[in-house]
Amino acid sequence: MDRRMNKQIHDAPDSAAKQTQGVTRRGFMIGSVGASVAMAMVPAALLGGCAEEVLNTQPFEPTVWYSIDPSGAISVKVTKAEMGQHVGTSLARIVAEELEADWDAISIDYVDTDAKYGAYVTGGSWSVWTSFDQLSRAGAAGRVALIEEGARLLGVEPGKCVAENSQVVCGNQQISYGEIVAKGQLSRTYTDEQLASLPLKPAKDRKLVGVDTLALDVPAKSQGTAIYGIDATYEGMVYAKPLLPPTRYGSVVQAVDDSQAKSFKGYQQALVLDDPSNSVPGWVLVIADSYHAAQRAAKVIEVDWQAGSTTGVQEADIFARADEQISGGEGALVLDDDGVDAAFESAEQVLQARYTTNTALHFQLEPVNAVGLQRDGKWELHTGAQWQSLSMPVYAKALGEPEENIVMRTHLLGGGFGRRLNGDYGVPALLAAKALGKPVKVVLSREDDSRFDSPRSPSVQHLKMALDANNQVLGMQHAAAAGWPTAELASFFLATGTNGEKYDPFSINGADHWYDVGAHQVRAVMNDLAQQTFRPGWLRSVAPGWTNWASESFMDEAAHLGGVDPLAFRQGLLTAQGKNAGSAPNAVGGAKRMSNVLARAAEKAGWGKTLPQGQGMGIACTFGQERAMPTWTACVADVSVDADSGAVTLNKLTIVIDAGSIVHPDGALAQTEGAALWGASLALHEGTEFVDGQVKDTNLGGYRPMRMGDVPELDIEFVASDEQPVGLGEPATTVVGPAIGNAIFAATGARVRHLPIRPDAVKQAISESKMA
Amino acid sequence: MAVTLNINGRDVALDIPEDTPLLWAVRDELDLKGTKFGCGIGMCGACTVHVNGVAQRSCITPVGSVADASITTIEGLNAEGEHPLQQAWIATQTPQCGYCQSGQIMQAASLLATNANPTDADIDAAMGGNLCRCMAYTRIKKAIKMAASAEALATNVGAEVTHG
Repeated sequence: MDRRMNKQIHDAPDSAAKQTQGVTRRGFMIGSVGASVAMAMVPAALLGGCAEEVLNTQPFEPTVWYSIDPSGAISVKVTKAEMGQHVGTSLARIVAEELEADWDAISIDYVDTDAKYGAYVTGGSWSVWTSFDQLSRAGAAGRVALIEEGARLLGVEPGKCVAENSQVVCGNQQISYGEIVAKGQLSRTYTDEQLASLPLKPAKDRKLVGVDTLALDVPAKSQGTAIYGIDATYEGMVYAKPLLPPTRYGSVVQAVDDSQAKSFKGYQQALVLDDPSNSVPGWVLVIADSYHAAQRAAKVIEVDWQAGSTTGVQEADIFARADEQISGGEGALVLDDDGVDAAFESAEQVLQARYTTNTALHFQLEPVNAVGLQRDGKWELHTGAQWQSLSMPVYAKALGEPEENIVMRTHLLGGGFGRRLNGDYGVPALLAAKALGKPVKVVLSREDDSRFDSPRSPSVQHLKMALDANNQVLGMQHAAAAGWPTAELASFFLATGTNGEKYDPFSINGADHWYDVGAHQVRAVMNDLAQQTFRPGWLRSVAPGWTNWASESFMDEAAHLGGVDPLAFRQGLLTAQGKNAGSAPNAVGGAKRMSNVLARAAEKAGWGKTLPQGQGMGIACTFGQERAMPTWTACVADVSVDADSGAVTLNKLTIVIDAGSIVHPDGALAQTEGAALWGASLALHEGTEFVDGQVKDTNLGGYRPMRMGDVPELDIEFVASDEQPVGLGEPATTVVGPAIGNAIFAATGARVRHLPIRPDAVKQAISESKMA
Repeated sequence: MAVTLNINGRDVALDIPEDTPLLWAVRDELDLKGTKFGCGIGMCGACTVHVNGVAQRSCITPVGSVADASITTIEGLNAEGEHPLQQAWIATQTPQCGYCQSGQIMQAASLLATNANPTDADIDAAMGGNLCRCMAYTRIKKAIKMAASAEALATNVGAEVTHG
């Protein structure tokens, strides 16, 4: 491992817990703030104080969850970015359920990065999973306090009162939440233990969670009135378009010639950025009165760069380096069961295969942009962002200012998909605002956005399976090499392998599957050439985008090797024994729930029925993002293949998901529809490659996400369950690709092992299968 | 270099070069932010407006070429934001991130103006140039059909979640 990697690994500025959950040891306080009453999590150390004093005077905590004003209006504070998942609606439903609130009284407040709101990250399909218990208890604590205070105001016993629809009711008497806030003395403190002992509703009594509703963010998005980052404007603001250097890192501006632009109306200047955070090295900003003037000037400004070292890097070089690293035994052992070598030594048959995936772009439709400004002595960044808590220290470093002097205000995101977990695009806006002393709005063109993307890394994987004479699986090895986003941007999240080497869990998740395969070894390798050439990104689902492509295609190959039906083969390995038995609360039932969704998807799709020549069904499954939060997901893809051209037509996707309790069913369905089509798009339509150190396809002429006419029939079902709710934004993304690959095999007998699947590759695989 | 445009029924004079894309005139000169910038080359449809009632990509339309035309943006489609398509968009809960939806709605309105009862193939053909990166395509299609058939729009969330 090179020095650069070691530096990243040891330079861990922050804890993972702080980035995702804020402080871990807490209690809950209820007290007056102004005319309203606020409900907030507070650190345990503050619990001895008076609730009102703490809520009004502590600058860094409490973490405010919601507040109720004297009119009864309830404002739920959302520290998640709205990027299409209707997250505010889901989280507010969880609070309102236990609070027994009138849903019509609820509004959503997408808060800024003031420390009182705690950590701010939207990704990993974590939002509902990490919030469900906390928000349920926050709602329950509020309900208990309102009942007690309402009973006191009514002069009755709290035990004789119930809360419903924002009212405390005792027989024929009632008092509204608003009146209680206006007239009462709400001041309560709960310890963690008290909070944990609050009674929560059994699932059968839920009135909001699991019941459909119209998402609160949808009307503005249908009327053209929703405000995204790119719509933000400020008085005195100037516009900027970047001129990007020839390499992501290491390029240095030697000279700028803007002589031809000087006469352009509205052109102001070309600004060479000096970036202490190394987020945007070698950038030049074209500053103008309007964005169009900046675009016009950018075409005629010439910049002479001393290029960084990666101008000659091609996609094939990145693949070759990955093969070299894997074959050389590099990397971290994520799993290394006893007996792996013995299993392969005693095997009657060894199956092995190599799988690859090309670079893929986020291509969120709103190009990244940000407005930087200074107001009242504080730096402000106005933009759409997913991981504010991660970006704040970067901005602090870029500006040379303490984090307390910076605040981020998050607007709606015109697509996130993981791109905006990395807030690098905010840096130029702040640097320019500082250099020019006025508000600056930086907008990347589509081509800039693609070149500056944190793409999904190209990947190479080597898989081996040891089988005995009866096709029983004795052992399995899976090595995956890719660029690691977490190593570059969030090294505190790196984990340690059994051999002491660090690894990025987000770049290997999925390989640690729930099948019983005997002695199992999983190895994660950071592709150092990828890491030097570009900034790897957390593209929707991250690792399972490649690990699941390999492992689920490989399971199919193993099934066919032994002449076993691919569904039966999988179910035979999903015994829920030992480490795959699952545990409470997140994985109750373990691998049996995977077996169940596979069976249900197969049943719905008509698995096993006779299909016309050239048509086939393939099956695959995924547990979603990580073993700690399994979203049991199965897919059957139905494809037709034109053997002459290799063209694949996706007829239908049947998807069954067991995600525990579903908070917002229609939102869950929408996320799954989108994720499934993302998976199909990444498998059949998208993909690019590095050419001379840059992505080749930077706009829709070459990069071609799925269009309406390509959409297959979708049949999506959620398993009815009262279990812990888990993530839904991503899992369907990664189950579709291998289901399509396996369906192509079923239709043609030809195996494809590369994503995206292009007609030429299918054609070639067909001709190879005929020769074999 | 003043250019006169008629936008949403209003005549406006702008001091901008004639080759300025209509998109930037609408967004940054007139502060009508509902029309979005996506690709800049007319291939994503996020910037779709109506020029004399016909859907057109404003990012590749020079203002000088539409000086005599009547231009409608999403803000001018319906004063209350209650065009049948907009109601159908809400009833079907179509938008995810929502960024493309102004363009989708303007494209669909242009389709329905000439084809009141489009088939699936008509819709695919008319909407093929509008990218939805969230891939809410099945709902977009459903909403267009709902608006076309003027079905009851008021209360149906549109979910078809089955519990097995």
